[in-house]
Amino acid sequence: MSTTTTSGAVTPGSPILQAKNVTKTFGGAGGKMTAVDDVSVDFHAGKVLAVVGESGSGKSTLARMLLRLLPVTSGQILYQGRDVTNIRGSELRRYWTDVQAVFQDPFASFNQFFTVGQMLRRSIRLAGRSQGESDDALIERCLGYVGLKPDEAMAKFPHQMSGGQRQRVMVARALMMSPKVLLADEATSMLDASLRVNVLNVLQDLRSELDLTVLFITHDIGQACYLADEVVVMEHGVIVEQGATDEVIFNPQNDYTKRLLSDVPDLKGSLKSR
Amino acid sequence: MSGINPLSELEAETRNTNVADATSVLAGLTTHPRRAKRRRSGGFNVSGRFWVAAALVGFVILMAFIGPLVYPFGAGEKVGGLYDNPSATHLLGTDNFGHDVISVLMTGARNSLYNGLVAGLVATAIGVAIGVLAGYVGGWLEELLMGITNVVLAVPAIVVLILISISLQNTSVGFLKGIMGLALVIGFTSWPWTARAVRAQASSVATREHIDIAKLSGARTPGILWRDVLPYLASYIVMAFVLQVAGAILAEASLSMLGLGPSDVVSLGVQLHWAIAFQAVGSGAWWAFLPPTIILTLVSFGLLLLQSSLDELFNPRLRRGKRKAMKAAAERRAAAAAQLQTQPAGLAAGAEEVLA
Amino acid sequence: MSSDNILVRATNVNASYATNTGQDVPAVDAVSLEIAEGQILGLAGESGCGKSTLGNALAMIANPPLYVLSGELQIADRTIDLSTLDKGAEARHRAFRGDYVSLLPQGAMNSISPTLRIRDLVVDVVRGQDRSRSRDEALDLARDRLKQLGMPVRVLDQYAHQLSGGMRQRMVTVISTLLNPRLLIADEPTSALDVSSQKALIEMLLQMVEQKVMGAAIFITHDLPVLSMVTDQIAIMYAGRIIETGPTAELVHRARHPYTSALVSAVLDPTEETRHKRVAGIPGSPPNLASPPSGCRFHPRCAFATEICTREVPPLVVEGEHSSACWWAKDHPNEPVPLPDPVSLEGLAS
Repeated sequence: MSTTTTSGAVTPGSPILQAKNVTKTFGGAGGKMTAVDDVSVDFHAGKVLAVVGESGSGKSTLARMLLRLLPVTSGQILYQGRDVTNIRGSELRRYWTDVQAVFQDPFASFNQFFTVGQMLRRSIRLAGRSQGESDDALIERCLGYVGLKPDEAMAKFPHQMSGGQRQRVMVARALMMSPKVLLADEATSMLDASLRVNVLNVLQDLRSELDLTVLFITHDIGQACYLADEVVVMEHGVIVEQGATDEVIFNPQNDYTKRLLSDVPDLKGSLKSR
Repeated sequence: MSGINPLSELEAETRNTNVADATSVLAGLTTHPRRAKRRRSGGFNVSGRFWVAAALVGFVILMAFIGPLVYPFGAGEKVGGLYDNPSATHLLGTDNFGHDVISVLMTGARNSLYNGLVAGLVATAIGVAIGVLAGYVGGWLEELLMGITNVVLAVPAIVVLILISISLQNTSVGFLKGIMGLALVIGFTSWPWTARAVRAQASSVATREHIDIAKLSGARTPGILWRDVLPYLASYIVMAFVLQVAGAILAEASLSMLGLGPSDVVSLGVQLHWAIAFQAVGSGAWWAFLPPTIILTLVSFGLLLLQSSLDELFNPRLRRGKRKAMKAAAERRAAAAAQLQTQPAGLAAGAEEVLA
Repeated sequence: MSSDNILVRATNVNASYATNTGQDVPAVDAVSLEIAEGQILGLAGESGCGKSTLGNALAMIANPPLYVLSGELQIADRTIDLSTLDKGAEARHRAFRGDYVSLLPQGAMNSISPTLRIRDLVVDVVRGQDRSRSRDEALDLARDRLKQLGMPVRVLDQYAHQLSGGMRQRMVTVISTLLNPRLLIADEPTSALDVSSQKALIEMLLQMVEQKVMGAAIFITHDLPVLSMVTDQIAIMYAGRIIETGPTAELVHRARHPYTSALVSAVLDPTEETRHKRVAGIPGSPPNLASPPSGCRFHPRCAFATEICTREVPPLVVEGEHSSACWWAKDHPNEPVPLPDPVSLEGLAS
């Protein structure tokens, strides 16, 4: 796969990405708000790990810190055992060849003035390609992962595509770097249920095909249940429960997790009392 | 299959107008204020306003740039005496130097437009550069740049203009003596409000997800500013530029009228300056001061109107179709509705019901 | 649905959007529906299927570029012409808003002016719907209603930003129903909320229907699990048409239309079943309504499509309270659409 590894090899079982006592505080001296409070979590290679939480739980702030798009207030972010908390410039760009992301809003993620082709070509410089692969072949391969063909996607502007297609293009963009970690921050929450499943399936297939580690940030326990191997539950910036999906979802220990699960609407029961 | 479904966007669009204000929507007051205003304006729709503005500005531009090529007299050519009355050969008479007023007017308008263009470009360029940098980068750089902007804004511009333009008249650099010098001075003093307005816009664009995507794609800051921030501000910048041009033309006119403009060039302001200096108002020589005043009014009004109609041109949500097409569409709708009324009501039109 | 206690009956609603090209996009195509007294009807479908447009048409708040071409709304003893084409439409419709129909638009909770206290919003909204009410009357109304629903009265003195998202949404819901509308139309009221706030809002809505705050409600959302908790009946829309209606449990568990079945199977509950199945989404995307597919509009994406589906508009197959517009349903009476065999994940991985 990628040749632009930042450092060392991953020993099986050791975490590929780690947050160590990470804290993020917003605001000045007057009104401080702690969005993420002393969070430590390990992400293991080749797994899908879901971070579940309601709005205000700090899950997206944590994601943006892991991506190094937001500076941490205190704590450390380790990638393959190496401290990446304060890297900058070309070192940071090299980090981004290994750690990529797809965001929530499939429209806001696009620069509306660019076609899909122009947008994808921007990533060429960071792209991790197989030997002798041309730019076009690389783009074709990555669009192929998400079930799109270059001739039907490249010339399109974002507003000419459906939400599901836009989100799949964003996944293809991230894959051009041949990342080791793909972070999906509420990547499916703005999609209709039928399209959402398609994107989730793409993520699932990529995990097995490309040996990708997926960090799946969501408010929807159902999606976490469908996709994740491990689940982390966050509340008010703190991790309240974490473990294997089957453990956390089918045998929750924490009260908050239990309440969250009991509030999830399902197709079984009507609340109507009659 | 084409994946584009315009309905979701249309629905979102009406939703945006609907949620403009919770009170009116929850109360079921459907009339959106913006729409109501436009409806009251009696169909003076976007294209109408735009064309009036374009005609005004176009007329002045044509007069200034094509006029001198076809007009028989030159601006510096002495063709008569002091304030000759309008006649068949000189439709607007002559000025205090005995020059043909129309030819002076045309050359003056050209120089005024040059001045507006150059000053507008300079002010917009500086304002956009500072505003975009401050808004996008943020932090201490934003504080520094906005501090400078506020200082420049606080200095009374007219005093600076007067001081610099006096010193420019005594400069040894010939190029700066003319209209260009004045234009640069105006440009260098009028950028702050553009910078402030652009900063606000840029900092809101900077929070969009596509900026994060660009970073993750390996784009560097200059590339992001150029390709991801500026295009989103383009319509805004064009409108700010048009306003700067109008402001610069008026600023030049007031300075020149006070006698602080370039000495050896004509402009609309310079023309007014000489008309006042040679008692045109007192002696009833209206042709010496009225024409430049009218042209100044026309061009600044035209530019302001252009700016406000550009808003609707750039914002597709405010755009309306041509009135003719709208009327035809309304008729089609009425016909379709009439047909629907006569049809039997059913869950799906034309569907037979099968009772199992 | 027994026809004697029908409270709301909408007939032959047609609505389209005017576009810049001069061509109209029909967004709601000959839709008719019925709601019984005290019931909640769910309106579901993918984004862009016309469900919000239908909601706006029924709530009589259609603004250009949306035009309602035809439609009749019968509520209790009154009949209203929904068309917005004639000049008197606005005046005619205004009389029915508030008392007869009230709309809770999508995102209303986020459009409350930050300078107003909730009680000012109450006064503005009530007086906007009914000029004859005084300020004190409006506030009394709100206080009584909040007590009745077991909500804290002190929120009236707070500003919108001081309330949580869930509380804000419950407040706009209460405010939009202060005048006891016969029909409440709620457009995606739960979409922006966390699950616990969703549940609180749903419980409050049910309480309101039970206490006869409103006669009936239409609940518009793309979220089938939410709908199945709150509604009595569900209508599924696709490409501007209602393609299936039925009692909630019946429709969810015995879907007769392949589209409904696909929507149901795409739901991801946090259950053992979800954990070990592979769900296939619906291929393709909803059609462009400016040029919808011929025949059944779902046929290009339908696993059960046959030749006739591409040619002819499907008939309405009525089976008791359950009806669906589908050729497959006609050929397979009383049979739910078969679900694809669940694929186990272990099988896929190898």
